[in-house]
Amino acid sequence: MEKRNLTCIVCPMGCSLEVELENGMVRSVTGNSCPRGAEYAKNECTHPTRVLTTTVKVVDGKRPLASVKSAGAIPKELLFEAMKTINCLSVPAPVELGQVLLTDLCGSGIPLVATGSVEKTED
Amino acid sequence: MERLDLVVIGGGPAGMAAALGAWHQGVRNILILDREAQLGGILEQCIHNGFGLHHFKEELTGPEYAARYAKEVADCGICCLLDTMVLDLAEALDGSGDKVVTAVSSKEGYLRIHAKTVVLAMGCRERPRGALNTPGTRPAGIYTAGAAQKFVNIKGYMPGKEVVILGSGDIGLIMARRMTLEGAKVKAVCELMPYSGGLTRNIVQCLEDFGIPLKLSHTVVRIHGRERVEGVTIAAVDGSRKPIPGSEEFIPCDTLLLSVGLIPENELSRAAGVKMDPVTGGAVVDQNRQTSLPGVFACGNVLHVHDLVDYVSEEAELAGQSAAAYLRGEAPCGGTVEVKARDGVRYVVPQRLCKDAGPVSLYFRVGDIYKDVKIVVKCGEKVLLSRPKKKVVPGEMERLPLTAGILSQIDGDVTVCLEQKGAE
Repeated sequence: MEKRNLTCIVCPMGCSLEVELENGMVRSVTGNSCPRGAEYAKNECTHPTRVLTTTVKVVDGKRPLASVKSAGAIPKELLFEAMKTINCLSVPAPVELGQVLLTDLCGSGIPLVATGSVEKTED
Repeated sequence: MERLDLVVIGGGPAGMAAALGAWHQGVRNILILDREAQLGGILEQCIHNGFGLHHFKEELTGPEYAARYAKEVADCGICCLLDTMVLDLAEALDGSGDKVVTAVSSKEGYLRIHAKTVVLAMGCRERPRGALNTPGTRPAGIYTAGAAQKFVNIKGYMPGKEVVILGSGDIGLIMARRMTLEGAKVKAVCELMPYSGGLTRNIVQCLEDFGIPLKLSHTVVRIHGRERVEGVTIAAVDGSRKPIPGSEEFIPCDTLLLSVGLIPENELSRAAGVKMDPVTGGAVVDQNRQTSLPGVFACGNVLHVHDLVDYVSEEAELAGQSAAAYLRGEAPCGGTVEVKARDGVRYVVPQRLCKDAGPVSLYFRVGDIYKDVKIVVKCGEKVLLSRPKKKVVPGEMERLPLTAGILSQIDGDVTVCLEQKGAE
């Protein structure tokens, strides 16, 4: 049996987790204070995922950028590919908080949504 | 001349929650002043997630957290003057007990606003290079982590390509990840102390995820380059934080980010004569967050630097509610005692307590990493509360609720200290 020690990143508490693995399968998780910690440990040992937060270019906006996030966690190995895709994107103002900017971020099935609003320039 | 019930200085998370706290207790004549063009304060540039887990029970980004409060402020019709810089806070000379807030804006010009109560919610600033006395030249390419964050996340500029970060505060860690995602090479994060000042989760998801080395007990001893940063020399430090000769290492880089501490922005409070706590850098307050000036309250990072915005909101709401109570003429109850930090505890907020107050939470930080300790609250020799704790670290603020039952036992000054487990 293999043991792995992790720090939970689900919330700022940062619980120290101990995971018991057998043949790559999670047998048990201890040290978590909530069910989300167990979920995190399982994912982290099998297919680690992260929520990506970044910005996209806005055309004709009062501000040059809109903040965005992946609406859910995407596979960790997709982070840089997703950054490349997002940095090629530019969206016209206005941008509304919650607006879907991409329906499927790099085949993850997870949409890219705006986390802030940008108004259109007045002219 | 306008006479308001409440002026809130600062429209960040603290200012918005304070204004709403007062509003929900019936105060209507409120004005929020902020120097930026929008409400939200520093949250606007904190585009990463992890905000709101306590308060909203979901994980939000900074702008989303700010937007929820900004919407409520707008829905309530609370007045805001943005792009407005407050220059001075003073007591009115007419003996009314009013405060006079002096502010300027390019739209409104010079403003003098009379207010019955004021909430200080100005937030904090980053400690700059000048405060570190790092030897070397003065080239371009040295930024505080928060300034770099504003460039990348708000303005859309990359401050550099090859980066060394000094200090492992949360903003430094967040920026290590952010710069990496945007294509920069972050070569190292150096931390003077033997432990990080940031949250453990940020060490994991911002450094370990990207293979960025965290060099504990290391500092930058020289900055190289004439026009632009060409590199830094780092060195290991000994137990008294002095560089160890022979341990120097040159790291070529074009950018140095500093994440070396936050300082509450209290110029206005000091000039107004508010009594300050030399440890927190913020005002001395009672459990209602009232400062030494009656009718003037403080909350959020201007009072003491928080790790979690959720606690800022909670504290600010209390400050707003307290302003409302003050306006109703509910005078703060008579006898107050001092709350003192001892043995491993660096500071406690609030620093003063009314004996007959309702339930109160004490917020404090420790000065070092301690394992298997008890957090003990005492009144003289009497132990009011003792709580075991597996681990306490300076980077994470602790919160200790005191019930009305515990408070009723107080008959003198209160101390908060750490004791080894098992010891009585």
